[in-house]
This record gives sequence, C-alpha cells and structure tokens, in this order.
Amino acid sequence: MSDKEKSADQVTNKMMDIACKNDIETAFDRYDAMEPECGFGQLGVCCKNCVMGPCRIDPFGEGPEKGICGANADTIAARNLVRMVAAGAAAHSDHGRDIAHTLLMTSQGKTKGYEIKGKEKLLSLAKELNVKTDSRKIEDIAHDVAEKCFAEFGQQHGELQFTRRAPKKRQEIWRKYKFMPRGVDREIVEIMHRTHIGVDNDYVNILQQGIRASLGDGWGGSMIATDLSDVLFGMPTPIRSVSNLGVLKEDEVNIIVHGHEPTLSDIIVTASQDKELLELAKQKGAKGINLAGICCTANEILMRHGIAVAGNFLQQELAIITGSVDLMLVDVQCIMPALGKLATCYHTKVISTSPKAKFPGVEHIEFSEEDALPIAKRIVKMAIENYPNRKKEIVNIPKDKMDLVAGFTAEYVYHMLGGKYRSTYRPLNDAIISGRLRGAVGIVGCNNPKVKHDWAHLELTKALLKKDVLVVTTGCSALASAKAGLLIPEAAKQYAGKGLQEICEAVGCPPVLHMGSCVDISRILMVLCNVLLEGGLGDDISDLPVAAAAPEWMSEKAVSIGFYAVSSGVYTVLGIPFPILGGKEITDFITDKMENVVGAKFGFEPDPLKAADLIVKHLDKKRAALKLKPVMYGE
Amino acid sequence: MSKIVATAAVKGSKKVVKEAEDFLNKAISEKSESQRVEFPDTAFFFPMAYALLGAEVKTLGDIRPVLQEAKSLLHNEPTESLWLPYLGDALDSGIATLLAEEIIVGLRYLYKQEPQPDCIGFFSDTILRQLGIQLVDGRMPGFAAILGAAPDNKIAVDIVREFQKRQILTFVGSQTNGRSIIDQLKEENVEMGWDNYIVPYGRDTITGIYPLHWAIRGALTFGGHRKGEALKCLKYCKERVFAFGLTLGYIDEVKYATGAGAIDMGFPIIADTDIPEIRPTGICTYEHLVKEFDYKKIVPVCIEVRGVKVKVSEIPIPVAYSAAFEGERVRREQTYIEFGGKYSTAFEYVTTKNSDEITDGKIEVIGPEIDDVKEGSALPIGIYVEVSGRKMQKEFESIVERQVHTFLNEAQGVFHMGQRDMIWVRISKEAKTKGFKIKHLGVILHARIHEIFGTIIDKAQIYIYTKQEDVDKLLPTARESFKFRDERIGAMTDESVDTFYSCTLCQSFAPNHLCIVKPERLGLCGAYNWLDCKASYEINPTGPNQPVKKGEVLDGVRGEWRGINDWVKLKSNGHLERFHGYSIMTLPETSCGCFECIGAIVPEANGFMIVNREYSGMTPLGMTFSTLAGSVGGGNQTPGFMGFGRLYITSKKFIVADGGLKRIVWMPKELKEALGERIKIRAKEEGVPDLLDKIADETIATDTEKLLEFLQKVNHPALTMDPLM
Repeated sequence: MSDKEKSADQVTNKMMDIACKNDIETAFDRYDAMEPECGFGQLGVCCKNCVMGPCRIDPFGEGPEKGICGANADTIAARNLVRMVAAGAAAHSDHGRDIAHTLLMTSQGKTKGYEIKGKEKLLSLAKELNVKTDSRKIEDIAHDVAEKCFAEFGQQHGELQFTRRAPKKRQEIWRKYKFMPRGVDREIVEIMHRTHIGVDNDYVNILQQGIRASLGDGWGGSMIATDLSDVLFGMPTPIRSVSNLGVLKEDEVNIIVHGHEPTLSDIIVTASQDKELLELAKQKGAKGINLAGICCTANEILMRHGIAVAGNFLQQELAIITGSVDLMLVDVQCIMPALGKLATCYHTKVISTSPKAKFPGVEHIEFSEEDALPIAKRIVKMAIENYPNRKKEIVNIPKDKMDLVAGFTAEYVYHMLGGKYRSTYRPLNDAIISGRLRGAVGIVGCNNPKVKHDWAHLELTKALLKKDVLVVTTGCSALASAKAGLLIPEAAKQYAGKGLQEICEAVGCPPVLHMGSCVDISRILMVLCNVLLEGGLGDDISDLPVAAAAPEWMSEKAVSIGFYAVSSGVYTVLGIPFPILGGKEITDFITDKMENVVGAKFGFEPDPLKAADLIVKHLDKKRAALKLKPVMYGE
Repeated sequence: MSKIVATAAVKGSKKVVKEAEDFLNKAISEKSESQRVEFPDTAFFFPMAYALLGAEVKTLGDIRPVLQEAKSLLHNEPTESLWLPYLGDALDSGIATLLAEEIIVGLRYLYKQEPQPDCIGFFSDTILRQLGIQLVDGRMPGFAAILGAAPDNKIAVDIVREFQKRQILTFVGSQTNGRSIIDQLKEENVEMGWDNYIVPYGRDTITGIYPLHWAIRGALTFGGHRKGEALKCLKYCKERVFAFGLTLGYIDEVKYATGAGAIDMGFPIIADTDIPEIRPTGICTYEHLVKEFDYKKIVPVCIEVRGVKVKVSEIPIPVAYSAAFEGERVRREQTYIEFGGKYSTAFEYVTTKNSDEITDGKIEVIGPEIDDVKEGSALPIGIYVEVSGRKMQKEFESIVERQVHTFLNEAQGVFHMGQRDMIWVRISKEAKTKGFKIKHLGVILHARIHEIFGTIIDKAQIYIYTKQEDVDKLLPTARESFKFRDERIGAMTDESVDTFYSCTLCQSFAPNHLCIVKPERLGLCGAYNWLDCKASYEINPTGPNQPVKKGEVLDGVRGEWRGINDWVKLKSNGHLERFHGYSIMTLPETSCGCFECIGAIVPEANGFMIVNREYSGMTPLGMTFSTLAGSVGGGNQTPGFMGFGRLYITSKKFIVADGGLKRIVWMPKELKEALGERIKIRAKEEGVPDLLDKIADETIATDTEKLLEFLQKVNHPALTMDPLM
C-alpha cells in the first residue's frame, strides 16, 4: 500500500490502514499490483472478437495499422465500445425484467411478501400504457401493466413505449437517424451480431446501434426498472438516514445487503423487522438487527425505508474488514469476487442469492419471489446465528457517520415545489430562467481505484455548487455525496453559491438531490422532460442548461448510461475516457461531431475542477442560446 | 419559503383547522347535520371549497368532507436540523387554512356573528360582476388586502390614500395587538365602502378569507373554469387577478398560514416587519414574501412585487386624483359650492372646431370664481369644451362628453352627477381649503381628454361660464346638438352599417369570450355601444375593439353573418363557431360575466324572464341572479340563457328570432320602472301597447305557478305565440 491517501473519505482511509496492518488485500492493492495497465486495452485497439487474433493496432504507427481481417483502430475501438454498451444495457434491462417479473407474479398472487404499494403510480402507468382501470381490481391492472412492460423487452418492431415521454423534437431526431429502439433485447442482440467478425465495420454505423441499444436501456429497461419498483415498493419521498461504515453497530446483528435489485433488499427489510427474529437476536445477545446497504441496492432501500448506507463500491471489502458484519448478502452487479476469500479471514458469512451470480467460496441460497419472505427470514436468521461468532478483538467499526436526506423523484418535485394544489415545476424553471440557478447537473457513476476514492465526485460537486448549479445524483456518486455531508439541507449554506442557497432556503431541500440507484437515472430523464413541459426553457433536452458527469466511472453500465444521456441531448463529461483513444476518428466523433447529430457530446476530463469549468461553460452557452439573463449572482 | 415562515404557516394552519373543527362540532351538536349554512348572494356555496374541491356546501354535514381535506393537508413542522423540504408542505398548509377559515366564517354567518360592525363581511357575486368591467379596463388595476394596523393613524391613512391614488381596491382588516386598521381609518373619518375603493372585511385574520374566496370566484365567473378544477382556478388567480397582501405589524402564525394560502393563489405578501424574505419566484409571478420598512416606499413595492400595471395621471390640481375617488360623495355639510341639480342652471357640452380656432390648454372661467362666493352658495355653470383633431369626428363628441362625468368625479372633493343639461356638481370645503378653484375643473378635463382621447383629439380648450346670462345664452345651442345626436343614433340600424365591432376587453378575465357590438345591440356590460367601440378603435387601432365586416348574411332573422362567424371562431380561440345575434334559443352570444341582465327561458310560460344584477331576490325559475349567472358566464354558449345590457331590451333587434319583446313575461320591478317609458314605446310598435302591465314582477310572482296564473289572467301574448321549444 502506498503512502498516498487513497480516498477523500477518512473512514475509508482509516479502514485501509487497518487492512494494511493486518496484511489484508483490497481492490486498491490489486490495482497497484496491476499497474502499468495494458495500454492496448486502455486505448481500445485490442480485438479478440475472433481467434485469427487477438489483434492489436500499434498506436505509435510503427507496427500493424490493421487487424488480420483488415479492421482499423476506429472499427476495433467502436466494436469494443458498443459491446460495453450491450453489456451495460443488458445489466440494467435484466434488472428491469426481473422487477416486471416480480410484479407479474405478485399480481397473480404467486409471491410471498410483496404487495403493490405504489397504487397511484400504477394507475398513471396504466393510463399511459392504455390499460383499462375502470372498476378493475388493482391486481388485474398490475398484471396488464407488467405484461405490457414485459413485452417491451422482446418487442421486435415499432418503438418503445416510454420513448414517447421524450420531447417531440427528440423523438424526431431518434427517428431520423434510426436511433429509436424497437425492443430492449433486440438492440442488444444486434450489437452482438454487428460486432461479430466481418459484419459492421463502419465505426459510425456501429455507434448508431450502440446509441439505439443505450436508448433501449435509458428509456426502456432502466425506466421500467424504476417505474415498476415504484409500483411494487412504493414511491420514495424525502427521508432521513445516515451513511458510512460508522452505521455498523457493535451490539447489534449487522447485515449488509449489496448489489442492485430491490426485490431482495426490500424483503430483507421486512424480515429484519420480524418479531420472532428480533427476539432470537436478543437471545443471542444482540440488541437488535441492523441492516445497512452497499451500492445501488442500498439506494433502493434508503429511498423507501431510510435504511442506513454502509458505503459505496470501493467500500464493500472494507465493510467486512470492520469485523462486525455478521452476514453480507449479495445479488447482482458490482460485487467483487474477492469477497468470498476476504470473508474467510473474518466471521462474516457472504451469501449469494441470484441464480445469475455465484461466487467461488460463497454459500448460495437461491432467492425466488415465490418464497421471498421465508428465504429472507432464513438468511436473517443465519446472520443472527452468526452474531456470537463475531471476534470482538478484531472488530473495528469507525465512529464516523453522516446524516443525509434522500428520496427525490421526478414526481415528488411537483409536490416539493407546489404542494398538492399548485403542484408544479415552475419554481425550478423560474430559478433557472432568473439566473438564481445556472443550471442543473447529474453527477453519477461508480468508484474506480484509478481515481482517489470519492474525490472526483466531491470536488466536481462542490465546484458546481459554488457556481449555483443544482446537482442531482444517483448510485455510488450519491453515496459519496452522502458521506461528505452534501445531502443534508444545511449543506446549502456551506457549499452553495448565493442563488442556489436562495432556492434551497425557499424549498427546504439540500443542494444535492439524491435520486436513487443507477437505474434511477431514468428519473433524471423524467425531470428534464417535466422541466421542458413546464415551459420557458426550449423544446428539447439539448436546449436545457444541464449536463451530466461520471467522474469515477468503471462499469459497462456507465458506458450505456453515458450513451443514452448524450443521445438524449445531455452533454456528459467522463472522468476516465472511454477506451477508444487509439482510434482518432471515433474519438473525434464521440467528443465533437456527435453534437451535430444528437445535439450533445462527451467530454473526457480527469481533473474535476477542469471538468467543472467545462460544464459551467456549457451551461452558460446553453443559457445564452435560450437568451436567458446571465446568472444572478455571477462572479 | 424560508424555514421560519414554513414553520409558522404549518403551526398556524393547525390552529385554524382546529378552530374550524371545534366550531363545526359545536354547531352540529347545537343544531343538526342538516342545518342549512350559506353566505348571502352567491351561487358558489362555500366558494373556496367549491372551486378547489367541487364541494357544494349547503348544510353543516356537507362541511365535514371539506374539513377532512383540510386536515389531510396538515404536515409536520420542519425540524430544527436535517429538515425535509417544506415549501410544498407550507403551501398545503395554506390551502388547509383557507378551507378552514371559510368554514369558520360560514359558521359565524349561521350564528349571526358576521358581518362584524362597520364591515362588509362576505363579498357578494353581484359586486364581483359589477366590478368586472373596471377590473378589465384598467380602472381598477389590482387589489390590496391589508392585515393589521399601522404604527399610527396617519400612516394608515397615507397608505390607503396611496392605493386610492392608483385606483387599487383596498380591503382592510385583521389586527395587530388588538388594533385594526379599520378603526384607524374610522377615527380619521376616512370614507369606506366599495365606491371609495376601501372595503373593511373584518377585524380578525380569519375574515381575510373574504377577499380570497371572492377572488377565486373570478376563475369560475369569468374564467369559465368549473368547480373542482383547483389548479386551473388557482392559476387563473395568479395570472389574472392582481391581488396582494400587505401586513402591518407583527405577523402571527395565523397570518403566515393565511399568507401561505394567498401565495397558493399567486398573491404575494409584503410586510413592514423584519421577516425572512422569499424572493425566488414560481408560485407567484414575482417574489413571494418581501419586506419594506419605509412607509413611503411600501405601496410602490407592493405594486412592483405583484406586477400591477398602474397608470397614474398627474394632473396639476391641489387635490388627489384617481378613479378611487369616483364613488366619493360630497355631502351637503361638506359642500362649499354647488352647481346645477335643483339649485341652478347647468350643462356641459363638447363640440368640434377647426384646429385654428383652438388654443390648446386655454382654460377660462367667465364669471365668478370660487373665492368670489360664500360657503354654501350655488352658481349656474356651463362647461363648454371645444376640441379639434385630424381624426376627430362629429359623432365622437357625445363619447367624449359622456366622460366628463368620470373625469370630474375622480378628483378628491369633487362630486359630479348626470349629463348634458342635467348635471349637478359640488366642490367640498376641504378641496377649497387646499386651493381648488372652478378653473381646475377645466384643468382636469383638458388633461384627461388628452390622456384618454389623445389619438383623436389634438387640441382642447375649455370655457366655464358661471354667469346666468351666459349660461342661458349658450344652453339652446347645446340642446339643439343633443337633439340632433339622439336622432342620429336612434336612426342607426344593424342593416345601415356594414361593420360591427368586436369587444375583447374582457378576455383578460374570460379568455374565450367576445362581444359583437352592433348599432342595435350594445355590449352586455352596458358600457360600450357601437359608437363607443368605433371611437375606441380610432383611439387605439390595435386595442380590444376591432371592426368586423359583417360579410354574407347567413340568416337575417337570427342575425348570423359569415364575417362575424369567422371572427368569432378566431377570437374565441376556436372555442366558439357561430353566433346568432338576435336569439337566446339558438347559438346565443356568450358572456364574460359582467352582464347587466340575464335573459332566461321560462318553459312553462313560453317566454323569457329578465333579471338584472342589482336584483338579489328570487325569480320564478327558482334561482337568483347569482345562481343563474353561473350558467351564463365564462364564454360558454348555453341556449335558453343569455347575458345582455339593459338597453338591448328596448332595441328593435331584441331577440327578434325568438319573438322579441313580447316574449318577456317577468322582470324585477325596479328594471320595469327604469325602462318603463322606453318599453311602452316599443310595445306600441310591437302592437301590444299594454305589454308593460302584462309583464310580471316579484310583487306578483316568484314562482312559475303564480306567474302562469298572472299571465293567463292578463292574457300575455307569449302564451299564444309559437312554442319556444
């Protein structure tokens, strides 16, 4: 372990010290060991789509300029990139499919432990999807809504339902350039086909399909995941909670849920409140059952139940290193295979639950909706029974934790700004028009050991707050902000510019709004649509003074998100460039020419302060194009 | 919403809702669930509950669901730290407060605790309609609701005078530390009432609901919105009703809660105390809550924050000048000098001259001035106005002349009544003390003629004769001219012109309504006839009165023209397709809400009844004017019901398609008397000379049974006419 601080989060640094002292290896160490990382891979010029190769293009122009099949660097980089889109879109969409599946089964009375909590949202979805609601049972309505959503995945032609939520002008762009997704799965499959040896070799055409599949994620799979989660588990509304490893408790059974899907985590919340299990915990000497989350599943139960957050992606190993986690149960996505081996050093039981995700050395208890609650109880019981095995002498729970307010949705904004009778986005639009707000930026994405943990998220967020930019956030970025105290309403006074402060004071909201998990970026899309509907800020998403950033991204899901954000008209700055820099044309297209097609482009900027400058310039450019006044309290 | 404000509003709403609940429980236990409750003269039950919830509160039991809704809108107060968003919650508290306050004042009416002494209490629908035209034509650019008491009486008076000067209707009430601005004004002998633009509503904050649930009726009356269309009604208020609140003194929780309700309606609050401001916009058009400690600046701040468009005419006279003084009376004991009435010969006359005959701004008093006579004297007067202008036409003279009444009346301390050779003018002692001279009457006329008629009149000079022999000498010329004018307008028919005028003045309130003003059918408000519209168009070619070519006659009897239909469709934003100018039964012309009268079918009598808005009693249809008005306003076509101006009744084109004047079976007595002579003339032309006696009124019948009995007895012609339906 090097001396340099690995994280902007002192809790993480403390835990790293403990890991170091005990000679425990973490992702940070494995990253150090991996350096120097493969340059061909970083530049995206290595191809192993067939076994004539692997081929790689010499980025210095001294070796091969083409692969064996003749593909150049741009073609290879494009193929690799859109395969990342395919994987990311598949991950989100499979998540959405699972939720649709659970809703369908619940509507048929085949599940144990679920009910339809978001009736209002169900009815509005039913209306949108032309499902009859008059004098029908809520279950029957849910059934039809679930089936309609299900059909979106396998649909072969036409347009995805929820793309109609986008502004008319945006839909026209999608139709004009054949970006409009026909079906969620179809577009992913077509990526795999087109990137097979000897199919699509024109990088622009390859990117076209990447865009189409990503839109099937953002306006399809992810959006279905969000909407149907709201139907099943209820609409989130602002809620208080706490974050960071300090939420783990010395004297309670600590259970960590880690992964992404709320089907599992939500039912664990129910199980952890079971009287018999609480009694059992007492018998075992624990004062209670303490549930905490990591990654996006944390965001899901945080938003709906106020369950504490233990940490984000790079803290999953550190949670176990506290020695206080009696059980960590995981489902899918962003779960390090390293957990299994790490857990053997402690008393922690790691339990995998998804048939899609098993881990070497990890006990598997398969989760199924039919028996959700019994299975959840069984797992909680295992945690309780494991509590007495905790080795008190190696328990090291950091004291630090931070308050937060989470749970903002596109729907809640209406109430937040206008109450029941004047529900409206007007004050938000007015704030932007008057220049109290320069604009709004979504800061999202993962952690990546290439970047000092949480640092880029926080630096970028703070720099933008100072410039009167309202920040909305999801995923691991949201958790970084949570731990740093940016999600409390008091943060406005400390970090925000004067205009943003005035808005936060008028509304009573934090300057950074937690909008959920990474599939919930679809919520941000809906906010943008609602802002446009409210009026006064143009007629397409690309007209708005908004931007997005993923300063510490690492997953393929982030690539898909980036693609659908830009293709929806949102300028997006990435802290780590796509692995395409070996292809000059494609790099030029992605960071420049793409704007001529979709009205937005990517920026690659590792320095968060420079990224903030890029974004501020972009927001000012959009303000000027809308003929808005300069910001009210400009420098 | 700052946290302090939100906290106070949430707390205040809980208090008010609790008070409403306790009061309701008491009332139900003392009376019964089925006990009737109502406000006087309204068709909208409990108007706030009607507009927002669609509730028709008629009994104590009907109040329960309204109270339940109010309770559901109560939230927790924001916490000291780590608070959750409070703006939406505070706005909900505001609505809860308005609903609860309405319940409380409604119950007070039941217990005869309202109106409070010297106060108006509930504002009737009639007032709303009467003020309608002033609201839209800018004579009344906004409303202020003052809550509390000023630090001293002088400041209180100064503030309301500042509003008066700007023609802003001011509601005064509530209190601070037990003292109310109402009593401050009373102590200073400030004349209050609708005519003076100063309306006392009540001495507690709960009664602040009166101006608010009066305003919401604008959305229902003029906006064409239906009951329960809460968002539309609230946004209508925000966009079209230029009201705001001004708090004087400490703002307690109930005031904050009421203020939050006002903000929901788009009405900002201006305070004279050190409160946390809410400057970001969105629920109101501009700032929501603003403070201003300087009483000299506070009225301009109010106007700016609400975005009220005020036209202040600066006229060099020693007394204040504003439409707010139009209704002011100068009583006998306050009078220094008077002219006309039964005391002396008097007339006013506007005539056109060639430009070279006029020295603009020349004002001469020929005869004694005010200083030359003793207090209490009467002098003859001849107000002789000569004007010229390239676009001036002889037929506009009467229009300019008719404004003399308004122009003179709007000066503080000057009273004017009548027109032509039947005028009566008084100047008060107070005005005399301030230095007001007879000459200033001319100064006012000169300034206002230029202001209002600037586009048609280039020059004006005024002679004021106060010697008997001069007045006697000039009067016959004027009378000759009056007679000529009457004959000319009387001779004009709809067929004699090829152009009608549309009037969209009220579209600021009723966006889908327009009037088609014809020589034989004046605007429904009674304020605009064809000539007025013509002049108005000359004055302001892009204004609300536009010439419309009649075009091809589609139905001469029903009064349908292709050109008119096209225009109607265009100007009603596609809401309306066709108009029948002379029918109630088919495609009747629509109403904004300012109509002087409503004509409504009485099917049993095979005729129509007419009710004027001044009549608040019952009609044979079992509905009052206010209730009937609900089905006529808002720019909607409702065959069988129609709004119109009084003078249309005696027009030859009066509902000719439906059988004309002979169809009238009932009218309030007062209207019958007012139009009696004219009706007699028209009845003769229609061949039923005794028609007036055959028309029933409220002294004869207020139900159909009695009405029919009467009609049969007098053998009313409607009974034997073709069936209406």
